[in-house]
Amino acid sequence: MAFVAFGSQAPAKEQGPSKTGRVALFLLLPGLFYLALFFITPLVSLIITSLKAPSATGAIGRYDLGLEFGNYAYAVTQYAPQIFRSFSFAVLATVIALAISYPIAYFIAVKSRNRPLLKGILLTLVVAPFFISFLLRTFAWKQIFSNDSLVVNVLKDIGVFGADSYIIGTNFAVVFGLVYNFIPFMTLPIYANLDRLDLSLVEAGSDLYASPSKTFRKITLPLSLPGVISGTLLTFIPISGDYVVASRDFLGGPDTAMIGNVVEANFLRIQDYPTASAISVMLMATIVVFVSAYVRRSGTDDLL
Amino acid sequence: MATEFIARGQDLELKGIRKEFPGFVAVDNLNLKIPAGEFFALLGPSGCGKTTTLRMIAGLESPSKGEILLGGKDIAGMKPHERPVNTVFQNYALFPHMSVLENVAFGIRQRKLTDPLSKAEKALAMVELEHLAQRRPQQLSGGQQQRVALARALVNRPSLLLLDEPLGALDLKLRRQMQIELKAIQMEVGLTFLHVTHDQEEAMDMADTVAVMNQGHIEQLGAPEVLYDRPKTAFVAKFLGQSNMFIGKVTETNSETTSIEYKGKKITGLTKRSEKVTGVIAIGVRPEKTYFHETQPDDDPGLNILGPGEITDIRFTGVSNQYQIDIPGIGVMTVFAQNVGRSPVVELGAQVYVSWKIEHSFGLSDLPSGVEEEH
Repeated sequence: MAFVAFGSQAPAKEQGPSKTGRVALFLLLPGLFYLALFFITPLVSLIITSLKAPSATGAIGRYDLGLEFGNYAYAVTQYAPQIFRSFSFAVLATVIALAISYPIAYFIAVKSRNRPLLKGILLTLVVAPFFISFLLRTFAWKQIFSNDSLVVNVLKDIGVFGADSYIIGTNFAVVFGLVYNFIPFMTLPIYANLDRLDLSLVEAGSDLYASPSKTFRKITLPLSLPGVISGTLLTFIPISGDYVVASRDFLGGPDTAMIGNVVEANFLRIQDYPTASAISVMLMATIVVFVSAYVRRSGTDDLL
Repeated sequence: MATEFIARGQDLELKGIRKEFPGFVAVDNLNLKIPAGEFFALLGPSGCGKTTTLRMIAGLESPSKGEILLGGKDIAGMKPHERPVNTVFQNYALFPHMSVLENVAFGIRQRKLTDPLSKAEKALAMVELEHLAQRRPQQLSGGQQQRVALARALVNRPSLLLLDEPLGALDLKLRRQMQIELKAIQMEVGLTFLHVTHDQEEAMDMADTVAVMNQGHIEQLGAPEVLYDRPKTAFVAKFLGQSNMFIGKVTETNSETTSIEYKGKKITGLTKRSEKVTGVIAIGVRPEKTYFHETQPDDDPGLNILGPGEITDIRFTGVSNQYQIDIPGIGVMTVFAQNVGRSPVVELGAQVYVSWKIEHSFGLSDLPSGVEEEH
């Protein structure tokens, strides 16, 4: 939904039930059907579930239709720390990923522009992690950072870590894993934008007395903002709902659970479907509000 | 209002400039001096090194060798943003995320001078675009964008203004109009302009001095009339307008005249208008300097006479007619005749003689490429 808000222009005015209008409608049918089946239906089902009440029979995992708005209040009070942690991690990981990805994208798109071989190799390297399942990759980091690993032992030997320090299960490990997993999603949109950057604008900046850093701040960066915004959305939204990296099976610990982990636990383990649904609905609503405000504030439609 | 922008233009001097790119030499041993306040055109075909030269002066490329002196000071080592030089780019390079006014004020803001906006407004007024100040560049027409680019450069009162084919993207009519405006602005502000172009008409029309560039070096430099009237090399003769060319061994030469034998005919030019008076040389004449006659003219030592030949083509171009005349044993000659109320003077297929005054011949220092020497 956020992407619709971000990417779409105002559609052309309908021209009444003309012949082209009917054809267009016909061509839209598969898409509308898809949306109805795979988006509207689950969404409605989710909202209905989030308002259900415990079964009158008292059976575990059974719920009756109802209008229990209290489910929302319960979810918020019960899981406030996880909700707060989720958004903090998402913001932090997005900012770090941006700081790492922008220079990479800039180097590939601008500095390697006239060197197609280098450019190809670098782009392949950015995409290469996708060739391996991200579960495996995240698990590999668990091995690398595990308590008896080379990394931890070396850190202990050189005195950075105390005898009982560890990495797995800490906030650092989770944010690290999130950043690592989402760097390509940040890099590629920024690359796609910078690849189209007209370098004569940069030259014009330097011709008009702007130093290289000034030229970057006044010209390159504002012009690449649409890429930065797509990248941050592609990173922030999935991270907010991520439940793999922060789970105890991977890089997380008892105190790192994010909203995704809460939803997973309520759905699959506790079988508290209404609470899980209420959290999901709130997560979605928060992201929609947050992202709309972000896109509006950054004024992307003002650019080009 | 233009007094705001009057700056002291400065002399530009290039000394032994060379620029190598991997695999080729773009500019080789280029020497050039442009006096302050002059409108100087660097003219040449694409790939001749003229844009590379301009970029080296702007600081966007660094020369492999040589000095760039601006007002006597070597600026070759300076970064582009440190040079008192501004450029009007070929594609204008206006910043799409800023208003027209902010584009023009950019340079003033970067130099932290006072009143960037009012200075920008005055510059826009000079190019008659003050009413479009709040628009975005992409909302303007090509000609308007070109003027914004000009204002954006002029507002900084550079010692030297570089123009990189700024009119190339405009249609013919607009280009003519902009040429006149550009020249008027240059005269008004008295800045040194260096204009790079491949359009010979544009260069001849606007510039005080034209340097014709070919393959990384300057073939000839001079006032447009001189270049046209007295080209020194075959390249210049061909690049600036058309010419009839004759190649042959020098048969006689003295302090006054030099003659060659071309396919059995004697063709004469003035010795002082010949670059070379020994061996095989090329003598040319501009088509508008030639005449044709329906009857054989009397022999005259002051005239070259060829013919008779048949008129094979007549092209009406408005102010003049262009005739192709095929003279047996000589080849095809081109003659331009003014349309002064008697056109066409002769019909297609007519037999005519062609003549021109020997003082209109020019002798070249080299031979046109692709032409076999006559023995």
